[in-house]
Amino acid sequence: MAKVWEDSELRLSADVLVIGGGPSGTWAALTAATNGSKVILVDKGYCGTSGATAPSGTGVWYIKPDEQLREEARQSRYLLGGKLAEVPWMNRVLDRTYENMNKLGAWGYPFPKDDNGDPYKRGLQGPEYMKLMRKLVQKAGVQILDHSPVLELLADEHGVGGATGVRTQSGQTWTVRAGAVVIATGGCAFLSKALGTNVLTGDGYLLAAEAGADFSGMEFSNAYAICPTFSSVTKTAYYRYASFYYEDGTIVEGAGSQRGRSIIARNLLQGRQVYASLDQAPEDIRPLLRVNQTNFFLPFDRLGIDPFKDKFPVTLRLEGTVRGTGGIRIIDEQCSTIVPGLYAAGDAATRELICGGFTGGGSHNAAWAMSSGSFAGEGASKFARDLGDRASNRQLKSVSTTTFAKAGGSEDKGKTAEAIRAVQEEVTPYDRNLFRTQEGLASSITRLDGLWTDLRERTTTLDLQGVRHREATAMTATARWMYNTAQVRTETRGMHKREDYPTLDDSQRYRLISGGLDQVWTQKAEVSKEAVTP
Amino acid sequence: MIELVSESKCVECNLCVSVCPTNVFDRGEHGIPVIARQSDCQTCFMCELYCPADALYVAADAEGPTAVSEALLDEQGLLGGYREKVGWGKGRKPVAEHPYMYELAKRTAIG
Repeated sequence: MAKVWEDSELRLSADVLVIGGGPSGTWAALTAATNGSKVILVDKGYCGTSGATAPSGTGVWYIKPDEQLREEARQSRYLLGGKLAEVPWMNRVLDRTYENMNKLGAWGYPFPKDDNGDPYKRGLQGPEYMKLMRKLVQKAGVQILDHSPVLELLADEHGVGGATGVRTQSGQTWTVRAGAVVIATGGCAFLSKALGTNVLTGDGYLLAAEAGADFSGMEFSNAYAICPTFSSVTKTAYYRYASFYYEDGTIVEGAGSQRGRSIIARNLLQGRQVYASLDQAPEDIRPLLRVNQTNFFLPFDRLGIDPFKDKFPVTLRLEGTVRGTGGIRIIDEQCSTIVPGLYAAGDAATRELICGGFTGGGSHNAAWAMSSGSFAGEGASKFARDLGDRASNRQLKSVSTTTFAKAGGSEDKGKTAEAIRAVQEEVTPYDRNLFRTQEGLASSITRLDGLWTDLRERTTTLDLQGVRHREATAMTATARWMYNTAQVRTETRGMHKREDYPTLDDSQRYRLISGGLDQVWTQKAEVSKEAVTP
Repeated sequence: MIELVSESKCVECNLCVSVCPTNVFDRGEHGIPVIARQSDCQTCFMCELYCPADALYVAADAEGPTAVSEALLDEQGLLGGYREKVGWGKGRKPVAEHPYMYELAKRTAIG
């Protein structure tokens, strides 16, 4: 077995290693560096363009510290999320988001002006936001390694202390030894091409699980976005202005962007193509819509479609845990995991704490990314500092049980592609993931267990193919945590829909914790009982 | 998917090689980047947005390749069109601060 970290061509050390360069990773890096830590940030793609935020425009859960406004904000999705959110967490995320958005303004983000000429801070344009974050991170002295996916974490008796990986453009292997590690790798959308999500393959979940971390809310993982069939641009919010039609021009009754997505899914399942047209958008707001989400209109403009007049075919594209709410379990206010030295932030971490079992794009997710990122950055920075002298002579070992090899056979590429298709077949179909049943979940789990065993027996090569193999493994692991918890939650709550248990069961108002690699386990955990309204 | 690197417009800065989050491009032997792994393109349009020379074109179709003609794209003003709308490039104002951003938020819940 090749020891990646011992043979690494590029060896670096830092106080804090941040894995992932989206909003949460950049906030973690920036905060840790501001707190005096030496920080390295590694991104599988490019910090600034990677992930779901970079190509999109997003609303932000930015609420002024006014008690009535905050109360409304807390209430807004509390019931939708199945009463699984917790007040203290909502409060501290609202506080930190308010603080961070104000900082962004001071650092030069070009907010639009409101009627009083003050900056209006309830939204961010992804390209602009992430370009600024990259600049700020670099200015703070953080070293960025782009195109540098992680292959495994390193740890010793003090906890997680670094990672190894490969630089996909040069082929060089790398090792970073660090006092603490933040996982900010995003969620898992199973390579569905939902806008910006193909770098989000659950890699961080797998790394965390190998180090011994567990998960919370993985049953809330069945998000699908409305999207033109040909396009990657998933902007469900705009479909509030849509009428939905069958091919013959008759209306699809009950179809809609909020609660009517299931009707679209049921039609698509029956092989009936559904069409949309944004013909409900009042004439005078159409130009505003065009400016607000420039990329929403890009595919239409390029194909000569007028989305306000023409009918275009739509589908529901899987967003998995990216706009689900499950992820790595957080155990304290610094976004620590149960593994010492390992922190989680953004979509990689559970968002149940602030939105329970339901979220959409942006808003809560954007607030969670910047808040949890800065909480984790502080936590990791402190952990590294507290290690003191012990940091310099750690005996680190790899924590994955994967077998690594310098190079693989030519048949590996085909096998990885096959494995990816196999896991997609379990998680993509609406009648498996969106509409869940005991029978469907159990049969998927059997096949996913088989796939897991098969993937585990193969070696991982230290190159792009190895990275793909790890992605396939991570997606399979994610699907197993998702479906094992979905099987235990015998009710319909938040976004989790059970066809065989269509109602919410008050006695199941608990969290589902899961974990394990070869043996997946689940268990119940209490939700803090403090209600939103006393 | 990414369909075109215009040889006449490309300034060989290779920024697209750097910024593509799914590593679709390779540095070309003669300076101009090549689309080496087109099927890995996730159709996020980020390369096009970062290209300082408006030399790239990402077609709308995320599922498969689309045949494009550079002359036709040029004629229709589609090269660099997204960058212009986002307000990136010399002398442009970022769309992020466009008054419509607030206007829409004020009139609807979107924004």
